[in-house]
Amino acid sequence: MPASPKIPVPRPQANAMLSRVAHSLYWMSRYIERAENIARLLEVNLQFILDFRGYDDVHLKEHWGSILGSSGDHELFEKHYEVADSRSVTEFFSFDLRNPNSILACVFAARENARMIRDQISIEMWETINELYLFLKARSTTDVWAAGPYEFFQDIKRNSHLFQGLTDSTYSRSEGWEFIQFGKFVERAHKTTRILDVKYHILLPNATDVGGALDTAQWQAVLRSASALEAYRRFYVREILPWKVAEFLIFSDSFPRSVHFCVAQIDEFLRRILGESGARPRTEAARASRRLLANLQSLTIDEVLRDGLHEFLVETGKTLDRISDQVVQTTMFYPAEATQEDQQLQQQQQ
Amino acid sequence: MSLLSTHYDAGEFFDEMYATSGEVRPHYRLLAERLASLAVPEFERRRAAVDLAFLRRGVTFTVYNDAEGTERIFPFDLIPRIIPAREWSRLEAGLIQRITALNLFLHDLYHGQKILKDKVIPAAQILSAKHFRREFMNFSVPRDIYVHICGTDLIRDRDGSYLVLEDNLRCPSGVSYMIENRSAMRRAFPNLFQSYGVRPVEGYSEELLKALLHIAPSRSDKPSVVLLTPGVYNSAYFEHCFLARQMGIPIVEGRDLVVHDTCVYMRTTAGLLPVDAIYRRIDDDFLDPAVFRSDSMLGVPGLVAAYRAGNVALANSIGTGVADDKVVYAYIPKVIKYYLDQDPILPNVTTYLASDPAQLSFILENMAGLVVKSANEAGGYGMLIGPASTNEEVADFRAKVAANPRNFIAQDPIMLSRSPTWCDHGFEGRHIDLRPYVLCGEKTVVTPGGLTRVALRKGSLVVNSSQGGGSKDTWVIEAGK
Repeated sequence: MPASPKIPVPRPQANAMLSRVAHSLYWMSRYIERAENIARLLEVNLQFILDFRGYDDVHLKEHWGSILGSSGDHELFEKHYEVADSRSVTEFFSFDLRNPNSILACVFAARENARMIRDQISIEMWETINELYLFLKARSTTDVWAAGPYEFFQDIKRNSHLFQGLTDSTYSRSEGWEFIQFGKFVERAHKTTRILDVKYHILLPNATDVGGALDTAQWQAVLRSASALEAYRRFYVREILPWKVAEFLIFSDSFPRSVHFCVAQIDEFLRRILGESGARPRTEAARASRRLLANLQSLTIDEVLRDGLHEFLVETGKTLDRISDQVVQTTMFYPAEATQEDQQLQQQQQ
Repeated sequence: MSLLSTHYDAGEFFDEMYATSGEVRPHYRLLAERLASLAVPEFERRRAAVDLAFLRRGVTFTVYNDAEGTERIFPFDLIPRIIPAREWSRLEAGLIQRITALNLFLHDLYHGQKILKDKVIPAAQILSAKHFRREFMNFSVPRDIYVHICGTDLIRDRDGSYLVLEDNLRCPSGVSYMIENRSAMRRAFPNLFQSYGVRPVEGYSEELLKALLHIAPSRSDKPSVVLLTPGVYNSAYFEHCFLARQMGIPIVEGRDLVVHDTCVYMRTTAGLLPVDAIYRRIDDDFLDPAVFRSDSMLGVPGLVAAYRAGNVALANSIGTGVADDKVVYAYIPKVIKYYLDQDPILPNVTTYLASDPAQLSFILENMAGLVVKSANEAGGYGMLIGPASTNEEVADFRAKVAANPRNFIAQDPIMLSRSPTWCDHGFEGRHIDLRPYVLCGEKTVVTPGGLTRVALRKGSLVVNSSQGGGSKDTWVIEAGK
């Protein structure tokens, strides 16, 4: 409990939002975006492996290893699975609840957050999340495999898009909207850095492979994992070059999944949430976001490559974490709570 | 094959749809015609569509046996319970009479206790009641209303007479199902509604909001009202959300509220905002760890002090549970007579008090033919249905009653009325009850209809959702239809 509460009423009640609600909106939005990104990453890579039937076991293992490496889930995976192949990785990223980043775990978490704030979101938003959850609950890796994974991942992406579209057309442009957008863009920026970093984890046997058919196909897969292949082609109108792909996914100011684009949105929504209006930011979060945005506006791809792409991506991810943590702390202060289990029990007893 | 060609046995009970002669009662005729024209597969299709809609909309309650929990829909039967206009106006008058007397009774119990001094009720019965809150003696609740929301349980006996089974004066639940059931029926049988003239139930939320605004302290011209829930793991969480969104008010947990200088605030992203009235769906015991259960994690420390200071209103008030005690229930007909000088329009079920020595020996001797209940249990728990129990169970209960007579009452078993209900192979009679919802604000309003619960298990008299109960839509027909 705050020692002496701020004395109230900066906004009329209609716009004020419980901190807990804001928190749930933020997480609901992040988890949906995360589920979509995982679905896309899996779909693209399963397709990629089908295209390269010549892949031997070593290549295959290495390929999935790079996906696991970029998402930071390598250790967890190895704890529960022996071999990294298409099937086990699909299971791990789709249905395994031991993996907090599996699609099912994300959709479940999004739904739990949505359930807590059902009174705040539109019925259409709730139904979409709920249906996505029921859809996933009714399926297993075996079903997905039998029917072909393409449809399955397509359904997940479609539901995420439906959710975002419905949010756009049924949710009031209130403070809650700012939290939803902030969560979405934080997650998306994060995932784009990870998708790009996948390539770093693919070890190429020798230099002659660079620019070869495999290399190009891999960079193409990176673009497709970020839904960026067509946008890239329209923008550059030329062949796929590694540094151009990196440039596009980091610096594009018009493509909605590029890191730059997302950070510009993050900066905008964060300023609204924190009530930052002046030229100089007042909060730590706003300063960090302003700095990150300035970098993305002024750096060139050559400078990034010179200092190391991987290092740049990792650093950007950390900055995003810092920014979101600080926004959470500033707007969502809670006293230390009793354990989840005890609370759950009392809520049921009631 | 049409639906009604299946054989239906009304049995020896009062059947809502069929008279003893086997004829369809007049107010069910239109429905019977409609059903007769419907083929079984079509009926099944509509049934499945309704179930799916409930699941999608998340009209569910959660059973926790693993981390995720299993969500179930509250089983819904498509055959409505229909109440003719004249029958309803009597029920309405009876419910208003009862709640009016109960509010006067609670006021008296927490002030002068005239009714105890006049020895209408033995003082010991009240002072020993589990939910009597001494802390609230001589405290005046806003507008003198103790019970704002009441969900009286009514049953019908073999003659079809309505009897009051319980009053439910604390946090009655189920009203969201009343409204959701209606919207499901509208989708399943859109045309039937027009021809029937069914009175709407959707006004409930607005009346509830009015009742809450009525008790808010008058310091603000736009009072802020919230719904206090135990949280997302509570089985009625769906209902809490439903009501909050219908009224357009925030739903809060205990941790969202904070008391400062005896005023209640909610923690928002813009700082603390004042709260004027709270529709609480948390029992007294959990409300404020500083006053009641100190281990409560669901409540708000200081809330009771804020209430006492008149800075926040609570619905229902604290201490209403005393009149829910089944021993106190036995005296309610006298309570009505005492405060209103009227005979009760809706009688009680005949009740025997184990605390009275003469009645105790009657109970102990006749236990196998009685229904015995603990004074403060709900949900169909802590009771014995004598005629349906084994000798051991009866003996076991006999010992319990003898050991603690104050805690038990006994009632004549009532053969609840039945309604045709769709079972695996056609219509069968199943026992039902009725929970209408009464709101006390500036006026006292009874929503036309209520929640009809049905015991889906063959022969069962227990309608609770935790024990195999389902529900039906309840239609009150407009006068003149």
